[in-house]
Amino acid sequence: MNGLDLEVITRALPWLAQGLQYTVQLTCVAALGGIALGTILALARLSSHPVVAGVAAGYVNLMRSVPLLLVIFWFYFLVPLGLQWVTGAGSPPRVGAERSAYVTFILFEAAYFCEIVRAGIVSVGAGQQSAARALGLDRIQVLVHVILPQAFRNMLPVLLTQAIILFQDVSLVSLLNVTDFVGAAGKIAQRDGRVVEMYLFVALVYLVLCSAASALVRRWQRTHSIGRHPETAR
Amino acid sequence: MNWQIFLETMPEGDAAWWEMLASGLGWTLACAACAWVIALAAGTGIGIARTGASRAAARAAIIYVELFRNIPLIVQFFLWYFVLPELCAPLKRWVIEADPSVVQFLAATSCLGLFTSARIAEQVRAGIESLGRGQRQAARAMGLSEAQCYRHVLLPVTFRVIMPPLTSELMNLVKNTAVAYSIGLAELFFRTREMGEITFRYFEAFAAATLAYMVIALAANRAMRFIERRIAVPGVAGTARSAH
Amino acid sequence: MMIRPDSITALARALGLTGLVGALAASFSCALAQDLGGTLKKVREAGTIVVGHRDSSIPFSYLDDRQAPVGYSVELCLRIVEAVKDTLKMPALKVQMQAVTSSNRIPLLQNGTVDLECGSTTNSIERQRQVAFGLTTFVTNVKVVVKKSSAIQSLADLNGKPVATTSGTTSVQLLRAHEKAKGIDFREIYGKDHAESFLLLENDRAAAFVMDDILIAGLVANSRNAKDYRFLDEVLRTEPYGIMIRKDDPAFKKLVDDTLASLMRSGEVARLYARWFTSPIPPRSINLEFPMSKELAEAIRSPNDRGI
Repeated sequence: MNGLDLEVITRALPWLAQGLQYTVQLTCVAALGGIALGTILALARLSSHPVVAGVAAGYVNLMRSVPLLLVIFWFYFLVPLGLQWVTGAGSPPRVGAERSAYVTFILFEAAYFCEIVRAGIVSVGAGQQSAARALGLDRIQVLVHVILPQAFRNMLPVLLTQAIILFQDVSLVSLLNVTDFVGAAGKIAQRDGRVVEMYLFVALVYLVLCSAASALVRRWQRTHSIGRHPETAR
Repeated sequence: MNWQIFLETMPEGDAAWWEMLASGLGWTLACAACAWVIALAAGTGIGIARTGASRAAARAAIIYVELFRNIPLIVQFFLWYFVLPELCAPLKRWVIEADPSVVQFLAATSCLGLFTSARIAEQVRAGIESLGRGQRQAARAMGLSEAQCYRHVLLPVTFRVIMPPLTSELMNLVKNTAVAYSIGLAELFFRTREMGEITFRYFEAFAAATLAYMVIALAANRAMRFIERRIAVPGVAGTARSAH
Repeated sequence: MMIRPDSITALARALGLTGLVGALAASFSCALAQDLGGTLKKVREAGTIVVGHRDSSIPFSYLDDRQAPVGYSVELCLRIVEAVKDTLKMPALKVQMQAVTSSNRIPLLQNGTVDLECGSTTNSIERQRQVAFGLTTFVTNVKVVVKKSSAIQSLADLNGKPVATTSGTTSVQLLRAHEKAKGIDFREIYGKDHAESFLLLENDRAAAFVMDDILIAGLVANSRNAKDYRFLDEVLRTEPYGIMIRKDDPAFKKLVDDTLASLMRSGEVARLYARWFTSPIPPRSINLEFPMSKELAEAIRSPNDRGI
């Protein structure tokens, strides 16, 4: 390498920005979808029905014991066939890597979000539930108005930290040839033979974004933590 | 489904597919084991620096943790394998001469080791901080040096406290070895994909790999639980949990 | 984040779930094997035809400066798409371009994500068990490229040296066969794709790169120092390239072959060849200077779909 060629980066900026946009988009969709599905899974795991709780626990443990990369490839092949199976269509619908990634990450991250939400719900304490039930609220009302608002407040920092991890994990889709931020940089790096510049730039951007995000989470945690539940704000 | 495929010999080779996958599994385990040693050693060191008396060391430790936690693992792999040799001429000369699989293995273990060490450092720090100042002050009052205090008082208790998250990290490490496929290390995931590509038996190959990863996770979990129970000291935090 | 690892019993339960997933996979796999009802029927029902392309198979199928797929195979495929529009009488048929890689092109074709693959795929007997190929549109020689500055003159000189190749391609198997036959001990070093394999050679991480000669020519012509590389004389194998379609789909196969045969007869294939192989091509107006081989000229004179 004959010195760093920063011009390679400036020329590639529009292409890189497009990749970063996909990365952010996938992160947001997977985080929101994962939290929604994760909450359902958490409620299922806490259910008194042994089959419901067992299936939810099985799903969560399966997802958590297999490498994300393996899950990404599984879904890449399975999602189109699964959709065909569900819809009963004659041929599998066309689902590119970009779109199968959304499904993959929602389903995968849900297992991790489930455990966070479960801890959050448990942290609220059984006393509150008994008190709310005694006041005449039904189980759904207790959940929606009493338990979940407090649980989410307690676990927000952990959820956000997990979202930052997710933002980094999304980079694995580049191995499916998807042009996310890392994929975009990789393609330029290889075409122009400029690995050093491109990968250092990518690392720097992630470092700045993730450090800033974690710092914000920590600050929020300091100013908003609820004194009675310090253990939930790990 | 054709499970006989695992007994078939790969084209142009002497080994059957199950043997190829087994050799991949070997690399995965070796890689995870070496990285775990690096991660424990570096993570403990950084965790101590983070909580020790030296301000400068604590600040350096914070930077270390931020650096390895805030860059995606796959980018770190690329930095170790593609970028580092370009920036360091002697290393580049060695890399050219050395066996590629050795280079890939070293890059993968260093990368995974340091990546995991940042996480372990945070667990160690949290563990030490959870003990409160009393233990440290009592130890120092008894005349122990700072090093002795860590060696004989803080760390033994800390490691008992943080066994559950450490188990988690070990399982994460095993799973993360799959990313080493991105630099061409012939570990389990690499062999799984290769088998899929050459035989087109993706389902069989991926099912076998999934099962293998689950068994390793289970074994790692059991091993850590065993250690946890063996080292448990009655009455010390973290040991009161019932073991299932 | 500290989440306690779950209990062994729960993990064992998860193992039970694997069985369930296995059963699901089995049923999906049956869905995979089942007849898609023919590509033409699928395309008519979907109102869309999906063309699989590569992103760095120069000059067959790659991305230009605007990240649009272009190349010799892409052009041939677009002619086939025109023929599909005529046959189905659907002039407004939508055409979608889907990037594929050397490792996912076959599953994606089989599961219906793409309808035809326009890249640089070797028509091999092994692959014919899974997919079908159109008439041979190109013939390549698998060769070895090294740096001019190196002393390597033949395959035997590569003994003990790191040799780069792309995982999931037929050259990996070729290399293994040679290794055994000649008693040469290469050190295989894999790239995820051709560009990465070439990068390993460019950065001296590998002493040589084994791949189809035309793909190497494309990478060399586009590299920063195109004059730094040379081919070894030895040919590891001669391979036909074809457009890949789903197996057991005679109607679509006939349409593809008829279209290609007429393009060959009319001299259109030769014209397209000249445009992509011996003229400046996007994105950087580089000329590959890769004249037509006698093997390809023969394949155009008497069109065939023989695999190797």
